[in-house]
Amino acid sequence: MAKVLMKGNEAIGEAAVLAGCRYYFGYPITPQSELPAYLSKRLPQVDGVFVQAESEVAAINMVYGAGSAGARVMTSSSSPGISLKQEGISYIAGAEVPCLIVNVVRGGPGLGNIAPAQSDYWQATRGGGHGDYRTLVLAPNSVQEMADMTIEGFELADRFRNPVLLLSDGVLGQMMEPVNLPEPRDYDVNSKKWALGYPGKDKAERNLCSSIFLDVEELEEHNWHLYQKYQVMTDLFSEGQYKDFAVEEHLCDDAEIILVGYGIISRILKTVVEKCRKRGIKAGLLRPKVLWPFPTKAIQRLADKAANFLCVEMSCGQMVEDVKLAVNGKKPVYFFGRTGGTIPSDFEILNEVDKIVRPD
Amino acid sequence: MSSKVERIILAGFGGQGILFLGKVLAETGMRAGKNVSWIPSYGPEMRGGTANCTVILSENEIASPMVTVPDTVIAMNRPSVARFNLKIKAGGMLMYNSSLIERQEFRDDIRLVEIPASDIAEELGNGKVANLVMAGAYAKFSKLFTVEDLYKALPDFMPGSKKELLEINHTAVEKGFNYVEEKKYMFGRYVYSVFKGI
Amino acid sequence: MKQVFKRPESLSKTPFHYCPGCDHGVVHRLVGEAIDELELKNRAIGVAPVGCSVFAYDYFDFDFNQAPHGRAPAVATGIKRTRPDAIVFTYQGDGDLAAIGTAEIIHAANRGENITVIFINNAIYGMTGGQMAPTTLIGMKTATSPYGRDASTAGNPIRMSEIIATLESPAYVTRVAVNNPANLMKAKKAIYNAFKLQKEGKGFSFVEVVSICPTNWGKKPADSHKWLAENMLPVFPPGTFKDVHGVEKA
Repeated sequence: MAKVLMKGNEAIGEAAVLAGCRYYFGYPITPQSELPAYLSKRLPQVDGVFVQAESEVAAINMVYGAGSAGARVMTSSSSPGISLKQEGISYIAGAEVPCLIVNVVRGGPGLGNIAPAQSDYWQATRGGGHGDYRTLVLAPNSVQEMADMTIEGFELADRFRNPVLLLSDGVLGQMMEPVNLPEPRDYDVNSKKWALGYPGKDKAERNLCSSIFLDVEELEEHNWHLYQKYQVMTDLFSEGQYKDFAVEEHLCDDAEIILVGYGIISRILKTVVEKCRKRGIKAGLLRPKVLWPFPTKAIQRLADKAANFLCVEMSCGQMVEDVKLAVNGKKPVYFFGRTGGTIPSDFEILNEVDKIVRPD
Repeated sequence: MSSKVERIILAGFGGQGILFLGKVLAETGMRAGKNVSWIPSYGPEMRGGTANCTVILSENEIASPMVTVPDTVIAMNRPSVARFNLKIKAGGMLMYNSSLIERQEFRDDIRLVEIPASDIAEELGNGKVANLVMAGAYAKFSKLFTVEDLYKALPDFMPGSKKELLEINHTAVEKGFNYVEEKKYMFGRYVYSVFKGI
Repeated sequence: MKQVFKRPESLSKTPFHYCPGCDHGVVHRLVGEAIDELELKNRAIGVAPVGCSVFAYDYFDFDFNQAPHGRAPAVATGIKRTRPDAIVFTYQGDGDLAAIGTAEIIHAANRGENITVIFINNAIYGMTGGQMAPTTLIGMKTATSPYGRDASTAGNPIRMSEIIATLESPAYVTRVAVNNPANLMKAKKAIYNAFKLQKEGKGFSFVEVVSICPTNWGKKPADSHKWLAENMLPVFPPGTFKDVHGVEKA
């Protein structure tokens, strides 16, 4: 298929359709509004369902319902709306229902503004709602990856029976880049034996989607079961099948300073690395593509080689905590951030690098 | 202008079709086999009455899609010149809509290209195609796509448009392209200080 | 010997955990009977709320989702849209439906979702220990209205059936009680009608059951039913507020 010039938000929508997603439930909020607009037009063309819900709270619960009935289903929002969805996400994680949740992050806290930000990292990677749970968090850095990770996100959600969060930002949502769209794939709503209404089950069987375990021992058992699943995921993403999917390393082998950033920041950091190299500074880029499970081991390996780490974010410093945990005191970890919707320029980051590697 | 990459900031009033013009350049570049990116105005510069977007055309993979120092600024109104003039790379280019922007004291280290885009568009009977006049003019300078690429891509930008409108679009591009050729461009003609700005 | 009374097929063999005298067991049975009589058991999917009936899924013998507090109509929307052939119903109390879930119930009704809602209104929060509900009567003492509900600070009892009946989309909105055999038979018929409409794809059906809560009302079951007749029913009068397809006449 030929390349198409698309906005990031629209690429997610088209990729969802190609992945076999036929159900979208959402509520308007900037800067993700192109996505529901796109799907409100696209889904009816493929006999899909688009519902504009009365609230974010209702939307995520429609996702819970549809997902529990076996649908490949998604919702999307921006930061304040994702906060509202946390109740439902907690239930979905507890009941182990797969779904895709897109957060096109904007500036916070509170109403903040509609400019791009990365200040929802903690919310995304720590679970977000109440209880002992995790969501798998993917962080694209291009319109192409918005599409690719949407499709992969549905597959991962089904594989692990877990909500998957696509953590994007206002720039990636709004920018246009050429996209190679994959071939459409089929999805059968009757492919999940555990789903409500699954027609193939024995008459004596019945399926239940629930997150309540009133008995203390039962809930503890359930929580350890979830924990074990999260451990399996962690292993697969750090050493196993998804090792290469989880992280991108660029010129790290001989680097004296490793720049760490995800999403749109990683693109800027790549330019910074090029500029550093031209100036004789051996810089490298480590870019987590999956934010949970965090690529701790990849950073640990580099901590044995590189002299310094500089983590750059569009926040006051959130992912830097995970970088510090991974480096574990072996090398200095510096932080540079802009917040409130400001995108750091390659020049100011270069300046920070200079301060670290050429302190005089 | 580097032959490998062209970083463009396009700016004007809302309603002048700035975002669309950016899309035209990006899509044409993409069809010519180049890497492209397009970002609408974001951050502090979105305030102050101008709509703007950033387009990068490149032979290589585009790392950062953000542009701090543009090679070219296409300005459709006065506030856009004021806002972006000083950001242009030394040796870069300012293309401006001389129907709405008078000659004035510009920097002397950039190439100046004046195009009365709004007047040309009005003469064609549709003021809205001033943006396509600019697209034609830009094709003159681009090393990453040709005006033929632009003509070829044009009908697909407005699918379902009437034949007359498509013809006007085509003529607008042609006029913009030819105007630059006829008028030539000025280089350091209005010499003044970079520091004073405008 | 002819069997004249048995457990509905739609109910599981799990004994109810509800307090003595509670109406939940009765209404569960009516739901089970309706689903049996309409031969819908193989298609039924229930959505349990948060409240005393949070474990409703244990008592019905078909697939169930356990929804967050108030969100059952949204969850049911997702299920029904995914499986249009399923018979989807929510079973919600007054705190769940008329307080925290007001938006969800109004908008599911307004979209005309082809689902059935069974609404248990006993004027109090049961599971959390007898707090004031949106449907609590004026002057009624609860754990959080120890001096009696005061309209000037806590507003008046909210009438959900009347509110929902003002919407254009719902097909059937009715209020019943199960305090005596005559009302019980009407309630049975109303619940049957609601599921019948859904089976026929005729849209949103809503049955409010005015019920008792002996434990939190602090009354014996028989006294509770008497109190219900004297105090609840004047504020929440039984009747059908909307019947677009004339299911009651059919």
